[in-house]
Amino acid sequence: MKIILKRLKKRNKLSYISFWIIIFLYLSALLADLISPYPYNKQFRDYPLCPPTRIHFFDYNRKFHLRPFVYEIRLVNPALNKYEIVKEKKCPIYFLVKGERRKILGLFYSDRYLFGTKEGKVFLFGTDIHGRDIFTRILYGARISLSIGIIGVSISFFLGFLIGGISGYFGGKIDNFLMRLVEIFMMFPSFYLMLSLRAVFPLNLSSFQIYLLIVIILSLIGWAGLARIIRGMVLSIKEEEYILAARALGLSTFRIIFKHIIPNTFSYTITAITLSIPGYILGESALSLLGLGIQEPYPSWGNMLSVCVGNLRVLSNAPWMLTPGFFIFLTIICFNFLGDGLRDVLDPKNW
Amino acid sequence: MRQYIFKRLIQFIPLLLGMTFISFIIIQIAPGDYFTQLKMNPEISPETIENMKKLFGLDKPIITQYFYWLKNVFSFNLGESFTYHVPVSYLIKIRLKNTLALSIFSIFLTWIISIPLGIFGAVKEGKFIGKFLSFLAYIGISIPSFFLAMLFIFFISKTGFLPLGGTTSLFYENASFFEKFLDYLKHLLVPGLILTLTGIGSLYRLMKNNFLEVLNSPYIFTAYAKGLPEWKIYLKHALRNAINPMITIFGYELSSILSGAGLVEIITGWPGMGRLILEGVLSSDLYLVMASLLIGGILLIIGNLFSDILLAIVDPRIRLR
Repeated sequence: MKIILKRLKKRNKLSYISFWIIIFLYLSALLADLISPYPYNKQFRDYPLCPPTRIHFFDYNRKFHLRPFVYEIRLVNPALNKYEIVKEKKCPIYFLVKGERRKILGLFYSDRYLFGTKEGKVFLFGTDIHGRDIFTRILYGARISLSIGIIGVSISFFLGFLIGGISGYFGGKIDNFLMRLVEIFMMFPSFYLMLSLRAVFPLNLSSFQIYLLIVIILSLIGWAGLARIIRGMVLSIKEEEYILAARALGLSTFRIIFKHIIPNTFSYTITAITLSIPGYILGESALSLLGLGIQEPYPSWGNMLSVCVGNLRVLSNAPWMLTPGFFIFLTIICFNFLGDGLRDVLDPKNW
Repeated sequence: MRQYIFKRLIQFIPLLLGMTFISFIIIQIAPGDYFTQLKMNPEISPETIENMKKLFGLDKPIITQYFYWLKNVFSFNLGESFTYHVPVSYLIKIRLKNTLALSIFSIFLTWIISIPLGIFGAVKEGKFIGKFLSFLAYIGISIPSFFLAMLFIFFISKTGFLPLGGTTSLFYENASFFEKFLDYLKHLLVPGLILTLTGIGSLYRLMKNNFLEVLNSPYIFTAYAKGLPEWKIYLKHALRNAINPMITIFGYELSSILSGAGLVEIITGWPGMGRLILEGVLSSDLYLVMASLLIGGILLIIGNLFSDILLAIVDPRIRLR
């Protein structure tokens, strides 16, 4: 792991940086309770579609303050969502301010927030139509959007290995049958297949059920392509002499497949995992965006954007509502950079 | 050649059967069948339901039911929409036209742009402009189509120089044919451009890598050694060989275009198959959903067949095998 990182740093700076951005995103998702300035479902009714708050060091008299502060804002025209800065009222930002009690990491209760103001509000990325802090919701939404990628990929890879491994190793009729099955799955446009599978289940489920459902749907779509690639690799590896040796030793077939053949596909698999995670993140976002995935009040990057679909007024008045989309984009581009970097680094030809 | 096409056609038959079977299975696992919803509808008489039950063979075992259903599918009887009360095939016919227009428009544009760009990128590999293009390609690959669509809509709502939503303007009814065509094209431009922009990245990269690989092969060196001008080497010797793998991936490319089109249609308000299937899901209109899924799959099969034939035309090795 360390060697890989070192090599990545030397050969491909961009993917090395991407690696740390990804780590940062996952960590902040994990520590969302600690970082966020408000609870994720807290609605500030007086601040709907409030633009991002600017953090100042200099006030309007050009006086420097060591402690950063924000100006209080006021909704002056509710119909147009026009806000006005109250220049007289400076609200310094403090660490560990008091707020509503909430559970942290499912372990203990606390009423302290990492940062915040005593008066006024800090909305780093603005608020949504219900006046909820977008920064907070992005942190919490990251939990769902980012974890679905990892879990979905693991299930798909498990299925891909199982079916690809069996297909490649046994060959013949089994191979023929399984590969036809794979082809059928690949012949459906994935977006259509995703929606059709979603249609099979009732629309209103509990959020945990929906989470599971999304994972299952996305893995059902994703396994086919992988199984095909792994089959190809198994086909070539099984002709190697050490497999013959393992056979001669009388090892069981499954042991040979899972202990001797599949580990040899790992350098490829790590790259493929990294490059296929974006597909799952996109799938979840698309489903939630269309209102078929994670439901309010729970945030996910997809459902935070769903207000913007077909709602020109919100979109043109409050472009900061698109911030979750930017985070989806950032995550995906980082995974793509990292995956390509890993492909370079893990390929023995490049050592 | 004819024999080859015939062979490919035959190979697609089991695929088609498998697809219909999976679509059928999906309807079967869904809770409640076609008729529980019809029965709740007071407009439909019990006799009609009985008739339809016979038509779909619902009193028979599942496998027999499948063949009944298949028979209906092949006579384009895809069931009736619960929400619109018209045959599903009628709805699909209207929407399919729009989706096809959108897909073909953006496929055409994507290929027209990314093939020359890929050649250019391969030639300029390692130089600043090449690196810059690769970086742009990364952005193109990574940007979610829905996010790009929203950005587009945001800018259009600010500037308003392109129409948004639907396929026609208000004056459409009494416009001349040419004006009608132009109007349709104008509406097509927004979803079409979004789809094109998200598609160029991956195609550019594939083309660039293919071209680079070909440029390193011995016969290109020979061509250089013969003293051929550079453009002739690129366009006459390298391009022909670099484009073969691209045609193979055309079928898969079509899959992602159709999927991408679905989402972009919904966000930009283009009335195509993607919106139809979403409407179907939201109103639990199962037969509508399944029919759309099936049609999507058939479109891909046709696309793959098309790319196979194209490949056979371009590459004699495949034709003669």
